[in-house]
This record gives sequence, structure tokens and C-alpha cells, in this order.
Amino acid sequence: MTQIILNGLFVGSFYALVALGYSMVYGVIKLLNFAHGDIYMLGAFVGLVILTAFPGLGAGATIPVLMLVLLISMLASGFVGVGIERVAYRPLRSAPRLAVLITAVGMSFTLEYGIRQIFGPSPQAYPLRVTGDPLPVFDAQLSSAQLVLMVVAALLMAGLGLYVDRTREGRAMRAIALDQRASTLMGIDVNRTISRVFFIGSALAGAGGVMAGAFYGSVDFLMGFTIGLKAFTAAVIGGIGSLYGAMIGGLILGLLESFGTTWVGGEWRDVFSFACLILFLTFRPTGVLGTRVVERM
Amino acid sequence: MPLVLKESSSELLVPPNRHQMPPPAPFRWRSEKGALNVLGIAVFILALAVPFITASPYVISILTAGLIYVMLALGLNVVVGYAGLLDLGYVAFFAVGAYTSGILTTTFGFSMLEAVPVTILVCIVAGIIIGGPTLRLRSDYLAIVTLGFGEIIRLTARNLEITGGATGISGIPSWSFFGWDMADGLVIAGIEFNGKILLYYFVALVVGLVGVGGISRLSRGKMGRAWKAVRDDEDAAEAMGINTYFTKITAYIIGAVWAGLAGQLMGTYLSAISPTSFTFLYSALILMAVVLGGMGSTPGVIIGALFVSLAPEFLREFAEWRYVLFGVLLVVTMIFRPQGIWPANAVFPWSPALAARRARRAKATEAPEDSAAGRPA
Repeated sequence: MTQIILNGLFVGSFYALVALGYSMVYGVIKLLNFAHGDIYMLGAFVGLVILTAFPGLGAGATIPVLMLVLLISMLASGFVGVGIERVAYRPLRSAPRLAVLITAVGMSFTLEYGIRQIFGPSPQAYPLRVTGDPLPVFDAQLSSAQLVLMVVAALLMAGLGLYVDRTREGRAMRAIALDQRASTLMGIDVNRTISRVFFIGSALAGAGGVMAGAFYGSVDFLMGFTIGLKAFTAAVIGGIGSLYGAMIGGLILGLLESFGTTWVGGEWRDVFSFACLILFLTFRPTGVLGTRVVERM
Repeated sequence: MPLVLKESSSELLVPPNRHQMPPPAPFRWRSEKGALNVLGIAVFILALAVPFITASPYVISILTAGLIYVMLALGLNVVVGYAGLLDLGYVAFFAVGAYTSGILTTTFGFSMLEAVPVTILVCIVAGIIIGGPTLRLRSDYLAIVTLGFGEIIRLTARNLEITGGATGISGIPSWSFFGWDMADGLVIAGIEFNGKILLYYFVALVVGLVGVGGISRLSRGKMGRAWKAVRDDEDAAEAMGINTYFTKITAYIIGAVWAGLAGQLMGTYLSAISPTSFTFLYSALILMAVVLGGMGSTPGVIIGALFVSLAPEFLREFAEWRYVLFGVLLVVTMIFRPQGIWPANAVFPWSPALAARRARRAKATEAPEDSAAGRPA
């Protein structure tokens, strides 16, 4: 029982990291960024490139190396996210919503198959594992990899929470989410703030990618597809557009999945989570923390 | 613009000598619709003539697959092009159709024809389950829920016993009508048609008559105009008395049923189906066909579908790069030419409609001075 809860919280912290980017982008420009899951994948591959370029890294002290790789991958995927927004989404900001959604699908496709062309279709082994003795928690085991990754995820989320709540830039983001035109009138540089949101969201997704690589031990070009869907589910469960909602939603989805897997079997795990998504949209489309969905297309 | 309205209405009310001057009879070839119809029939005849030009199994096979793509693209065009709903799991209905008919014919001994009503029914139910809750929300939700639904269908097919698990269903029979089986072939006037060619003709007939003919008529009718109104401005459409929810779900279900039937044809064509035939890749490819060709434009969508399905045959050396190319094309198209290769409101270069459109545009640029001059002091 404790083991199921721990596993759920662990997987959930991944989902939460990726869901944050979804939710932030959605909150600010009302766009479902389909390419978000692929940025997660991209982050993992950036980490892979660093680790294969310096083969000595993976063997050395793992936690400082993990932090370093994490930082570089976050920067790289953040800049890619900003670039995607600049090239593909900004020219269409006043276009019909369908146009932007289709561009997002195109972007996601380009990233996936671009990576496939570079690294090939088969999964790549990840040369970084966090090792150490497992930690007993009540009657369950928490591996040291799980512990480290959960702590990192929690720190990143806490940092983000402080940034959005306490800083000037965070206030600008919240203002744009409320009313973009009024924010422009109040002297907020909207384009710059949106770029910043994309940077942060993508960096978090990239971090998630590296952590997934380090935990599961292999990465492939389609790894972002399912996690993108799951992260969206998490964002919906928590209430899309809400920061803390995304975190809570990720944890809830992780727990649901963990219990679902125990009840109905592992091969039905993804079916179970997507069914949760459809049920949530049917009965509580605003999510756990969401407040209003009055606007329509 | 009140001024323009007044001008045209005065023309309408006081025709100077209407009886003496009958309007010049429109030359059929120059009317837009007429020219398109002629073009369509010509293409259809060409498609029927292909087996007489070359009966090589390879050509017939890729053309049959291409036609099934056209069929799917026509169906998705109803959902995306006319009703403006982004469906990213369209291949799910294709899978539902293929699996339903596959199971019925192989396990329960139905004939293909008998399986058609069941396929339609199952697709309607699936469409209601997915579309029912999500169409009440913003259209973005539909996009991602359909994405999830596509995965649910694929994983369910892989996990269930009756769908054959990861290996899928094999030995799907061909179509038979009243004791005559299509696979037996047919001899007409000394020319022998084998089963593959007959299937090609059958698909071409379905696509040409029901798909192009039926769906494009549907789009011009009351329901089709309601779809387009909802696509362009949902609130305005609702204010005009259109039941937007009903309109959207109708488009969604028509798309679903059509994809199911395409899936049934695909089952016959391949004679074996497995979960790997129904991944997100195919949904994205069909969406690309619709977007590149021109959303809401029947000729455009046909061109798009043929491009997407036949490109790998012609670009063998690019085969690996084509998905990257498709992704980039999708972005570039949406930014620089959102109406696609053959826009829905396209006119031929020689068409009088083009001159009229130019004149209207010229007038619109002059209009501000006009109205300023015509305003009473």
C-alpha cells in the first residue's frame, strides 16, 4: 500500500513538472502547446548528447553531474521553446485558434521526426544512473534515484511558485493571463513575458526529460507523446491554467495510475489514465482547483 | 455600408428594361461550378480508365490505398474543414470500423455487406461517447481528447483477446454480393478483371459517388451551411438560431461513420489488420492531407490525400525525411498560406468570378472616399 502511494507520488512528480509548462502556456496565451511533450523528449536527448560527449561524466559522482546535465538541458530546451514560440506561434497570435493548434501539431511532428533522423528510431541507452541504497519508508522501499528525483522536482516547483508569486516578472505573467490587452496598456512587454513563460515551461519539461532518462535508463524519439498526453490530463485534473492545480493534478494522476495499475493490470495503465481524462472533462471540466470556464471558442 | 446597399437595392427595384435585355446566358464552361463538375467527372473517368492503361498489381495497389486515404481525408474535411473541430484521433474511427467488420466477418461469419450497418452503428456510438462530453467545451479540448481516444482504441485493440492482441486479425474476406464473391474476379466482354482491380473499382465508386458527390452536396445544404457558420463564429451562429452543439456533433458523427467505412474497406484491402496500423502517425498524416490541400475544399483535400499517400512512392530516397518535411510544411502552410493548395473559395484564372472579386476589392478600397462624399452635409 505504502509502496503504491510512493510510486504514484514519484511518477506524479514527473507529470507535474511537464504539466506546469502546459498549464502556464495555456494560462497566458490560451494555447494547447502540443509540442510540449516533445520538448521533454528534446531535453532528454540534450542530456544524452552531453553525457556521450564526455563519457567520464556518467561514471563519476552522480548527483553533481546530474545537476550539471540538468542545468544545461534546461537552458537548451528553454531556448528551443522560446524559438518555437517565436517562429511558429507568434505570427499566428491573432489567427483563428484552429490555425495555431495545427501549427503546434506540425511543430511536434517536426521535433519528433527530426530527432528520429538524427538518433535513429531505436531507444538509446542513457549513460547516467543514480545509484545508492534504497531508503525504507514504513513498510516500503524508496530507491535513492526516486528520492533524488523527487527532491529535485519539488525544489524546481517551489522555485517556480516563488517566482510567479513574488517577483515582478511573475506578476506580469499573472496579469497577462487575466487580460492581455489591459496588460499592454499597463506597460507590460507582452511578447517578452510570453517568451519568458515559454522558456520556463520548456526548461521544466527538459528537466523532466533528463530525469526520466536517468530513471528509466533509455530514451526514444516518441517518449514525449504519451507523457504530453498524461501531462495534459494532469493539467485538466488540477484545473488548466492554474499553477498549483498542475502540481496537484500531476500527483493525483500519478496516484490514480499507480492504484489503477494495481487493480486492472499494467497493460491497461494508459487506457485508464485517458479514461480519467474523459471522465474529468465530462463531470468537472474546471478541474480540482479551476474556477471558471465561461469563455468559449 | 448603407450606401452600397442603397445602390444595389435601387437597381433591383427599378430594372430599366428587364424584358428587352435578358441576362446573357452563362457559358457553361466558364461558370465556376460547371467547370469544377466537368473537371471532377474527367478525373473520375481517368481513375476508372487506369486499369486499362496499366494493370500492374503495384500500381493498382498503391492507387487503392491512395483512394482510401482520399476517403479518410474527405471525412476529416467534414470535421476539420467544415465544422472547424480539430480531430487528432481520426484514425481511431478507422480502427473501429476495421476491427468491427474484421471481427464480425472472421469470428461471427457475417458477410462484408452485412457488417456495414453494424460498423455504422458502432461508429455512431463511439462518436457520441467521445464527442458528447467534449463538444460542449472549447474546441481545444476536443483536439486532445481525440488524441487520447486514438490511444485508448489502439491500446484496447492490443490488449483484448477478441481483437487478436498485438498480432491483430487476419484472413478478412473480400466483399460478396448475393453469392458472388469479388475475389473470384469477373469477365466482361472478354476482358478479365481480377479481385484486386474490382476492389479498386469498388473503392473508386464509393469515394467518387458517395464521398465527393454526397459530402460536397451535404456541405452546400442546410447542415453544411450551419457547420461553416459554427466554424466561423460560434456565438453569432447561436444567435442566428443554430443549435451549435447538435451541429458540431452531427459533423463529428458523420466524420466518424465515414472513417469507419473507410476502415472496413481498408480491412478488405489489407486482409489483415493489427494495432500498428492505427498509430497517431496516421491521424497526423490525414490531418496534413486536409490542411495542405485546403480545409473545406473538396478538390484540395483530394490532392492533399494523394500527395500524402503517394509521396513515399515517388520520394523513395527521401522516405525517411518525409515526416520532418510534412511537419515543416504544416507550420509553413499555416503561417503563409492557411487556405491550402486549392482554397475552398478558389476560382479558375479565366473565371468571371475572379474579375468580379477584383472589382469588389477595388471598390472596397475606394469605398471610404465614396461614403465620405456621399454623406449628406
